[in-house]
Amino acid sequence: MERMSFDLAQVPLREVNTFLHKDAPSRGALQVVVTNPDGAHNIAVGLDCPVEVEVHGHAGYYAGGMNKTGTVTIFGSAGTGVAENMMSGRVHVKGFASNGAGASMHGGLLVIDGDAGLRCGISLKGGDIVVGGSVGSFSAFMAQAGRMVICGDAGDALGDSLYEAVLYVKGNIKSLGADAQIEPMSEADYATVSELLAASGMQHDPHDFKRVASARSLYHWNADADQEY
Amino acid sequence: MSSNDHPKTIAKEASFGYDRKTIDYIRNAAAPGLYVSRGMGAKRLLPNFDDLVFLGASLSRYPLEGYREKCSTRTVLGTRFATKPIELEIPITIAGMSFGSLSANVKEALGRAASEVGTSTTTGDGGMTQEERQSSKTLVYQCLPSRYGFNPDDVRRADAIEVVIGQGAKPGGGGMLLGQKVSPRVAAMRTLPAGIDQRSACRHPDWTGPDDLAIKIQELRELTDWEKPIYVKVGATRTFNDVKLAVHSGADVVVVDGMQGGTAATQTCFIEHVGIPTLAALRQAVDALEDLDMKGKVQLIVSGGIRSGPDVAKALAMGADAVSIGQGVLIALGCNHDSYYQGGAHHDATADYAALGTAPGYCHHCHTGKCPVGITTQDAVLEQRLTPEVGARHLKNYLKTLNMELTTIARACGKQNVHHLEREDLVALTLEAAAMARVPLAGTSWIPGVSGL
Repeated sequence: MERMSFDLAQVPLREVNTFLHKDAPSRGALQVVVTNPDGAHNIAVGLDCPVEVEVHGHAGYYAGGMNKTGTVTIFGSAGTGVAENMMSGRVHVKGFASNGAGASMHGGLLVIDGDAGLRCGISLKGGDIVVGGSVGSFSAFMAQAGRMVICGDAGDALGDSLYEAVLYVKGNIKSLGADAQIEPMSEADYATVSELLAASGMQHDPHDFKRVASARSLYHWNADADQEY
Repeated sequence: MSSNDHPKTIAKEASFGYDRKTIDYIRNAAAPGLYVSRGMGAKRLLPNFDDLVFLGASLSRYPLEGYREKCSTRTVLGTRFATKPIELEIPITIAGMSFGSLSANVKEALGRAASEVGTSTTTGDGGMTQEERQSSKTLVYQCLPSRYGFNPDDVRRADAIEVVIGQGAKPGGGGMLLGQKVSPRVAAMRTLPAGIDQRSACRHPDWTGPDDLAIKIQELRELTDWEKPIYVKVGATRTFNDVKLAVHSGADVVVVDGMQGGTAATQTCFIEHVGIPTLAALRQAVDALEDLDMKGKVQLIVSGGIRSGPDVAKALAMGADAVSIGQGVLIALGCNHDSYYQGGAHHDATADYAALGTAPGYCHHCHTGKCPVGITTQDAVLEQRLTPEVGARHLKNYLKTLNMELTTIARACGKQNVHHLEREDLVALTLEAAAMARVPLAGTSWIPGVSGL
């Protein structure tokens, strides 16, 4: 596999992203290493080919944002909105992730080895998020579809206004948000957790996880009104 | 003489505080325990562009011949950072309205008409449809708090991106689409179960505040390799500050939507009681750009109750670079008409209006999905009442009319370019409009709050 390196201390980010958009798709199997990210925002946003990007250091906002088929590994921590709106592919944060990790993701797999901040998986529309540590308050807020596995604890208002996304939590849940409820785990749920843990390289017993999903009582504005609004 | 000698009179001392409308409101609130939602924008009487008039040319100014002399309407948007700015033939654009609130036929009609007259159309809260991308030469792709159907492929095939912070009909609120309109196709595009009452988020999921927005805008620029203009749309409230913050965040174009701006479904309390009139917001927006020395560098689009050519001319004279129209466009397509045209003939629709408890000219029942003329519906039968060809023809004529009226006024004011219209060309007919627009009351030099009488 061809391996290239960009030193963000020397090269402007715009050049790196333009290379990833315009040149990478025609290069075949390609690995791009980004060094000295120094918290730069928008590293490797909008990937549209199966390129592998390694970021050695901490990334700022929206690293791997809107990824399609690419693989991004951050050997450090990630700022707000890592992998936001990812369509497919994989983003792996070896350290911690800030707020809104995986916000509005449509597909792909986001793995965070450490903790994630507030609103992890907010507006999730598909795909999977696996967090090795804990997640902050308002995680999975209005999450519409997809799956989240949280190996640590969850903060306040987990799954507030949930639609069809399903959350699995190993640790304590400080509080559930409006319309979220704990449901019994089925064999299919154990299989899902097991599969996602394996895909993320994490080792936990699926039987230790709880399932959180929507009670669907907010789906209609006022059930008594029979939609005669 | 007994009191029986006089017929009993019925005393009808009306109360201003508890008039018929208020009594009906309270009775309605008490019946289902549910607030009222509806379509269209604010219906109350507001200071608006009708309260301004132009000072045409005379001895002190020199007019252009009304029909023949050149008067340019070319409009360029997004010149600040984008390497591929939007170039339009006319300064009148089509506002963002979702597939979901509108049928796919209507979205296609909007695209066709806009392309024929050389202007842009805009997606809405629900993603980009194939129909509108194919039919629109210039398509603005909205990035909304809900991010329904938001897709990097659509970002790449859009001509500009509009980050929507708010909407004039409901600044501070998210969209609403009641279950009747969440058809299987709409639901799939939004990743929601079909038939639910859908309420969109009011906050973006991945940023909070203007400093974050600056980074979000940068992300969209990086994603598109700095080619496409980025618009920021705000509902009119604290417009002076909001426009400054949008500029600070790196917007190429700021869109300000006043409280007359339409909606397909919003709580009436929101429509009528939150936000400020377009006229007041426009002046604040222009002041903000002038204060930052960004006038002409960051373009301003104003929307919310723009209906006619004179409205467009006044908005431009006040300092807007372009206007955006939603409700007026729907009316041009047939909204609130008493009939619809299908299969080569006109069909009376008044019975369908009556079934909704309304009549042509009063309908605001977009939220029900039962639009009698097939515009704001997802119903397979109703949507056939508006075909893209017929809709596009009417809309094209409407836009052409507005543009002719605009150039007529510009020529009368002696301008070879509609963008040369200026505030100095305007005076106000009412004190309220004079104070809000900060132009003098007609026949005086008095601007309330600025100059003495």
